[in-house]
Amino acid sequence: MATRDDSPDGMKFNRRNFLKSTGVVGLAETVAAPGDAAAQSEPAAVGPGDVPVRLNVNGRPIDLMIEPRVTLLDALRTRANLTGNKRGCDRGTCGACTMLVDGRTVYSCSTLAIEVQGKQIRTVDGLANGDQLHPVQQAFCDRDALMCGFCTPGFIMASVGLLEKHPNATPEQIRKGLDGNICRCGTFPRIFEAVSSVKGGQRG
Amino acid sequence: MKAFAYVNPTNEKDAVAALSPQLEHSMPIGGGQDLLARMKDYVTQPDRIVNVKSALESTVTPFQGGLRIGAAMKMVDLSEHAEVARMYPAISAAAIEVGTPQIRNQATVGGNLNQRPRCWYYRNEEFVCFKKGGNTCFSPAGENQFHAILGGGPSFIVHPSSLAVPMLAYGATFRLSGPKGERLVPAADYFTLPTKNLRTENVLAPDELLTHVMLPAPGELRSGHYEVRYKTSHDWPIAFATVLLSMQGGKVRTARVVMGAVAPVPWRARAAEQFLAGKTITEATAAAAADAALRDAHPLSQNAYKIEVAKVAVKRAILRAAGMQTA
Repeated sequence: MATRDDSPDGMKFNRRNFLKSTGVVGLAETVAAPGDAAAQSEPAAVGPGDVPVRLNVNGRPIDLMIEPRVTLLDALRTRANLTGNKRGCDRGTCGACTMLVDGRTVYSCSTLAIEVQGKQIRTVDGLANGDQLHPVQQAFCDRDALMCGFCTPGFIMASVGLLEKHPNATPEQIRKGLDGNICRCGTFPRIFEAVSSVKGGQRG
Repeated sequence: MKAFAYVNPTNEKDAVAALSPQLEHSMPIGGGQDLLARMKDYVTQPDRIVNVKSALESTVTPFQGGLRIGAAMKMVDLSEHAEVARMYPAISAAAIEVGTPQIRNQATVGGNLNQRPRCWYYRNEEFVCFKKGGNTCFSPAGENQFHAILGGGPSFIVHPSSLAVPMLAYGATFRLSGPKGERLVPAADYFTLPTKNLRTENVLAPDELLTHVMLPAPGELRSGHYEVRYKTSHDWPIAFATVLLSMQGGKVRTARVVMGAVAPVPWRARAAEQFLAGKTITEATAAAAADAALRDAHPLSQNAYKIEVAKVAVKRAILRAAGMQTA
């Protein structure tokens, strides 16, 4: 029977996990160096305990010691204090966790942190420039495109990803481009209005 | 989810070597859009995950007059690929309807073809069905409105892959790589009925990888693809169909009719194909071909409606292939 671990970050510490992790960390460090992996006939496994993972988030490197099973969302929310993107369904359905990885929108709940090392990760936390909101954030405020707000960070990241790909998105492209996000309050008309209101040049 | 070890090979040989002949012990991960959800729900609990995204090709290359698609290609890239759209429009049409933008940005061609059934009993840890090594299928006596109307038994899942249907229609061949080398399997032989293979939906062994899809030169084909769904987005179709027509002097010379979401495998409707041969496509011939396609259907207690839905999908795919307007 497998040990259950349903803690939000997938990293509940108990004696068994702790012993497992400390046993494997040494190995993980030796294979983390790129040269070593290539020299071996077959790439070695890392984990299941903590392994070093370096993420590039909002232009800054973040070094973590996490298990391979930790998702990008949980790694950033529980270990890096980047709590802007939300954990809704945790099954790649609601879109509240939407981040950009190398310019493309992804469900960060359905992405392993260990798999996005070396990629440019952007979260809603890094969108504003100081007190200056990103045009998409400003448009959501101006058009009152939210009620409870839980889906908003995901919608904003999905919208940014959409507008960077299609700066002059048609209403049809906006609907199709945002159909991976769900607003249970039903503010879709305002959301579409907000995204449509952002003019091409200001969308970057 | 259960903790697991992680391997990140950079070539096909190393990726295959990291797999295991034991079912669900060491598993490949592409986009992870299906696998991670199953792992979170303790439906699938591998001890090791092998990332195949760097090990497998993710491009489309010309191949013997057709195209060869790397299994690690992202669905978004497939759906936007100009040559694929020109030569195999039904594949593009199917790809663009898969999941959501976020899913298509992550999910791979190999993962779409090899994803596990969406049956709610299979997806629920508490129901130990045939697919989880149990000895029953819960759907015949349970909630079965989305289950099989053709080819069912003893498991009544429907095959979950939208790409599998046009790939079978175009006569794709899958390249598999395993510890003993490669083998080439036609799509028609790749997907297996529960009577032949109850635990999984295809012939891929646990220590093999699907590495490429090879599509033969399409020739002069007209194609139509039609999906019927509850929601326009982020849903699996209730029924769908790919139709390919080879025409001669305004009449159908040969037809290929394949249905999806109606059976445990992509379902080729030979009766409809034979009916269409030699016919001129009209609303009436399309409807008659659709009737032929569903003649052998056997609904469960709650899914007789799917027969009508599948007929609509076949009929409209035929009309689209013939260049006629459909709803």
